[in-house]
Amino acid sequence: MMRTEQRNLLKGLAFISPWLIGFAVFTALPLGLSLYYSFCDYSLLQPPVYIGTANYQELWRDPDFWKTLGNTFYYASLALPLGMIMALGAAMLLNVKTRGTSIYRTIVFLPSLVPAVASAMVWLWLLNAKLGLINAFLIWVGVDNPPSWLEDVRWAMPALVLMSLWGVGNTVVIYLAGLQDVPRELYEAADLDGAGTMQKMMNVTLPVLSPVIFFNLIIAIIGTLQVFVGPSIMTGASGNPEKSTYFYTMHLYNHAFQFLHMGYASAMAWVQLLIVLVLTGVAFWTSKRWVHYQGK
Amino acid sequence: MDNATEPQSRLSKNWPVHVALILICAMAIVPFLWMLSTSLKTADTAMEFPPRMIPNPIVPGNYLTVINNPKANFLLWARNTLIVAALSVAGTTISSAIVAYGFSKIRFRGRGFLFGLMLSTMMIPFPVTMVSLFVIFRWLGDHTGMMWLGTFKPLWVPAWFGSAFNIFLLRQFFTTIPDELSEAARMDGCSEVGIFLRVILPLARPALVVVALFAFMGTWNDYLGPLIYLQRPEQFTLGLGLQNFQSQHGGTPWNQLMAASVLVVLPVLLLFFLAQRTFIEGIATTGMKG
Repeated sequence: MMRTEQRNLLKGLAFISPWLIGFAVFTALPLGLSLYYSFCDYSLLQPPVYIGTANYQELWRDPDFWKTLGNTFYYASLALPLGMIMALGAAMLLNVKTRGTSIYRTIVFLPSLVPAVASAMVWLWLLNAKLGLINAFLIWVGVDNPPSWLEDVRWAMPALVLMSLWGVGNTVVIYLAGLQDVPRELYEAADLDGAGTMQKMMNVTLPVLSPVIFFNLIIAIIGTLQVFVGPSIMTGASGNPEKSTYFYTMHLYNHAFQFLHMGYASAMAWVQLLIVLVLTGVAFWTSKRWVHYQGK
Repeated sequence: MDNATEPQSRLSKNWPVHVALILICAMAIVPFLWMLSTSLKTADTAMEFPPRMIPNPIVPGNYLTVINNPKANFLLWARNTLIVAALSVAGTTISSAIVAYGFSKIRFRGRGFLFGLMLSTMMIPFPVTMVSLFVIFRWLGDHTGMMWLGTFKPLWVPAWFGSAFNIFLLRQFFTTIPDELSEAARMDGCSEVGIFLRVILPLARPALVVVALFAFMGTWNDYLGPLIYLQRPEQFTLGLGLQNFQSQHGGTPWNQLMAASVLVVLPVLLLFFLAQRTFIEGIATTGMKG
């Protein structure tokens, strides 16, 4: 007769075995392989040949690596904070108990349902420099020379950020759920202390909401650093104009599947993973100061 | 925030909130209306500037043109997407539920560590593994006697090995089911599989629906996966097909492109309105337990 502990171990492993196998084959193995390929010259047609750190050295000298890295950070530095603030603001407005909130909530959520490709098509048309609705609106309100958006080196990136803001509905719903969990007693206590609206927001709402903000921050860091679908459809494989919307994942994709530089692309993949790990690590590290878990 | 604490429905006092919300909703809804409006215009009236919001004349024929377009087979692409979605939804839901049961209802050594490991895999961006996944599926094609690349398999087979996010979601739900229920069944001689099937699964139906919905949305949304693994237009999914449709027309006829986009968006919107509550609650819980 086996000891219960052993039997439970076997039973437990049996139940989680689908994930264990999947983890080994579809996560651990690809990670290990791409680490190995990153030190190889590998064109897919011939077996990989070990070349040491040559791919990483080439990355360091590749102007497009720096360009796409810079573009991706530039995009993230706009899309991430704006998205977080807009979503939080919208959630706070939607949390006000008043007539019609359920309709408002539904409408705000709808854009986040739109598949990325369809969203790219609609925004391509909205942002069209000559015929688009956005410029029609800008001219209507009296802007003489509205930007050419995706055709203009300076405006292409803000245009993509604008598009990303359209899809924040998911985040709004998560914030809204967090806001509804704020204990009412805390507001009542703040009222007794004579706190104003602003003070209540700074000292009650935001601290209680901080775990949710943190969760959304992590999701947003991981998401914004791998942008691909929108720009690759809207501004072409090399991010027109003048590579101003050429993103890191697009560069990686081109090297892997256009030029069959599997080794080089794998080096890019590992750099991307390290960047994500460092940034989320920093977020976790600072979170001790500003994230408050209730009841702990 | 005052209003959040004191429920009140007087419109007059909340008018700034309403103005702000109406503005936000306008920004959310106008792209939909613009898409719909353009899809009902003629090629000429679609190019009018300034544009009209209400098309004149109204041309619903664009939808038929798109569907009957010999170069774009939207019905076939829809069928392909549904096949991949059905297999992925079934796979993700079934496998994630099994794994989540192991992570929530059986105590074993190393469980905490493995669960943490699983959570950390959620942080790995897909681009990081896509190169070697491609190589792996290519290798499988050479060594298993069946095609992998250029088929739907790379898109749905991994779904049968549980997805970290959904396992996490289901585990959170399973832990709220009191252990007394499974203990009682165990006393009655019920096997572990029996407890899973007859006690836990029936109670977890709402959570399973959420997982299925998310899996469906994930497939409907996926672009990079099909882009990498599928090669011939007959195999395209809707997202890939829509992109293909757009790029093969040199001077994109906007009315047709928008009609095609409506066709891709509409099923998701319908699904949402059918299962609105499930959607919202599902998304809400993902953030709460984070």
